[in-house]
Amino acid sequence: MRTLTYREALYEALLEEMEADPRVILIGEDFVGGGAFGVAGDLPDRFGADRVIRTPISENSYVGLAVGAAMTGLRPVVEIMFMDFVTLAMDQLVNHAAKIHYMYAGQYRVPLVLRTPAGAGRGYGASHSQSLEGWLIQVPGLKVVAPSDPADAKGLLKAAIRDDNPVVFIENKLLYPKKGDVPDGLDTVPIGRARVHRPGQDITIITYGRMVDLAVEAADILAREDVFCEVIDLRTLKPLDIETIFGSVRRTGRVVFVEEGTGGIGAEVCARIAENCLAHLKGRPTRVAAGDVPIPSAGPLEQRVIPQVSDIINGCIDSLQVE
Amino acid sequence: MTRAEFIEYYRRMLTIRYCEEQIGLLFARNLTMGTAHLSIGQEACAVGVLAAARPDDYVVSTHRGHGHLLAKGASPARLIAEICGRATGFCRGKGGSQHIAVGEINFLGTNGITGGGIPIATGAALSVKIRGTDQVVICFFGDGAANQGTFHESLNMAAVWKLPVVYVCENNGYAMYTRSTDVTSVADIAVRAGAYGIPGLKVDGMDLLAVRDAAAEAIDRARLGLGPTLLELETYRLCGHSKSDPGKYRPKDEVAKWTARDPVATWRRRLLVEGLAEVELARVEAEVKAEIEAATEFALQSPYAEDEALEGTYAPTRLDAAMKAGAR
Repeated sequence: MRTLTYREALYEALLEEMEADPRVILIGEDFVGGGAFGVAGDLPDRFGADRVIRTPISENSYVGLAVGAAMTGLRPVVEIMFMDFVTLAMDQLVNHAAKIHYMYAGQYRVPLVLRTPAGAGRGYGASHSQSLEGWLIQVPGLKVVAPSDPADAKGLLKAAIRDDNPVVFIENKLLYPKKGDVPDGLDTVPIGRARVHRPGQDITIITYGRMVDLAVEAADILAREDVFCEVIDLRTLKPLDIETIFGSVRRTGRVVFVEEGTGGIGAEVCARIAENCLAHLKGRPTRVAAGDVPIPSAGPLEQRVIPQVSDIINGCIDSLQVE
Repeated sequence: MTRAEFIEYYRRMLTIRYCEEQIGLLFARNLTMGTAHLSIGQEACAVGVLAAARPDDYVVSTHRGHGHLLAKGASPARLIAEICGRATGFCRGKGGSQHIAVGEINFLGTNGITGGGIPIATGAALSVKIRGTDQVVICFFGDGAANQGTFHESLNMAAVWKLPVVYVCENNGYAMYTRSTDVTSVADIAVRAGAYGIPGLKVDGMDLLAVRDAAAEAIDRARLGLGPTLLELETYRLCGHSKSDPGKYRPKDEVAKWTARDPVATWRRRLLVEGLAEVELARVEAEVKAEIEAATEFALQSPYAEDEALEGTYAPTRLDAAMKAGAR
């Protein structure tokens, strides 16, 4: 067992997969210095220009470039510098990468990973702070993962690279310096499997990414008041590990969904809980999400828009109300 | 050129012409799915370019891609079946006219998004370069796509990395119903190659041999590692944009001028001049006609694959098995 940062864990996954499989290549902007958040580290020097493709600022076309490379035998890992810029590449991601396997009846596969830093908290403002995963889970053919700690970051990235489908890999940018234990020789963490991060019998808090730490903090505070929350880290947003969610909700009868975006993932999960677990619910499903505004730049404003520990506690108190 | 080559090119162009006409008839009888963008009038572009390519070269196509498929060697029967939505189609009816790939002949797909295939072709060329094969990628698109960002972004990248790709712009004068010259900054799209430091050439797209020879030079250049070329083939669709378009926005004298340059009829006259006998040409015409009729029969007798409608979104992955076995 070693302690690594989230950034180091991602780097190790890239390094190990590139060493193991010559088909794995990196594509993205600004790899000088390892990319905008330094994840690629020295990989450009280690593997050279044939394996690390330094692109111009042409997001839609270099995602398309990765689609073409993936269809013809390579396994590209594309980096989009900020998740906001995925909007520039939506045509290639949504109309091409996601659909090719189905619409060409399985004749071509698109083993592509699109890594992208998401989320607020650094004052970057409206065009550099969004969490757009709520859109992406609506797209048939994509897989979407969002690890919350270094071990999952490493294991899920390795799984994403070995997956034969396009995987959007969301890295919350505040998590890069986060430290955590990573088992020696960790291989893959399976896509599509949630984790019960902390057991509890009163409320199920479902979340992912950076919000997992905030949810655990809220659960610690509530435990002092004898309210015991189960925290589920989804890890994969599409396909959802719906059985783990249902199993927990059927035990606790109460659900709070926490996300940093404006609510799309929670909408889907809560709707499915309502459809499948209604008889077990003791209160209404509660959602804690960003306000319906663009992300402001100033710290005090940003904090009002993005869920805080206090918002999660309030959400849990709401969920305890008997209708 | 040998007699056999002359005849073979005629057969290929005729296959496209008859197949497209047949698809038009099937559309009129409401037997096709969705719309269909026919390439009647543009046959010399598809046949000319692909006559210069190798069977293992990749092709990326457009919404108007039936001709490219046939010129690459795709079976008319399976093409018509796909357009009619049948299980025997190349994509089992899941794709339809604008989304047809044929893996076994390295045909990476017709494409319903204008300009959508250009970066994919560029990526296939990157892959060729990295994998170290000596294949070339042929990337077809229209004059409309030359105004998409993907065109400019992709040509730039291909030029920077000297990728083995030939960009073939079939300029038929109209981006859907809009005259290209009304919405394009330059008279000749080929000059845009200069902005990316690559060769650009304008070619008469109704002249099969001119197209073939220009393509051969560009393909050789790509195969030798000298980088991409932009070819602009000046052509015309002798039909509407799609089957819902009677093409009334085009002046009659313009249509008449291009109809007189019909590449199939032109080639036929050429063959007679070259000394081929009328009876020989009539035999080819009868054979192709019979092939398209049989293809249509095959397509219309094929079932739909409705039981597969909800299957195949994801490719099965090695990891799925590990997951079921209960890994971490």
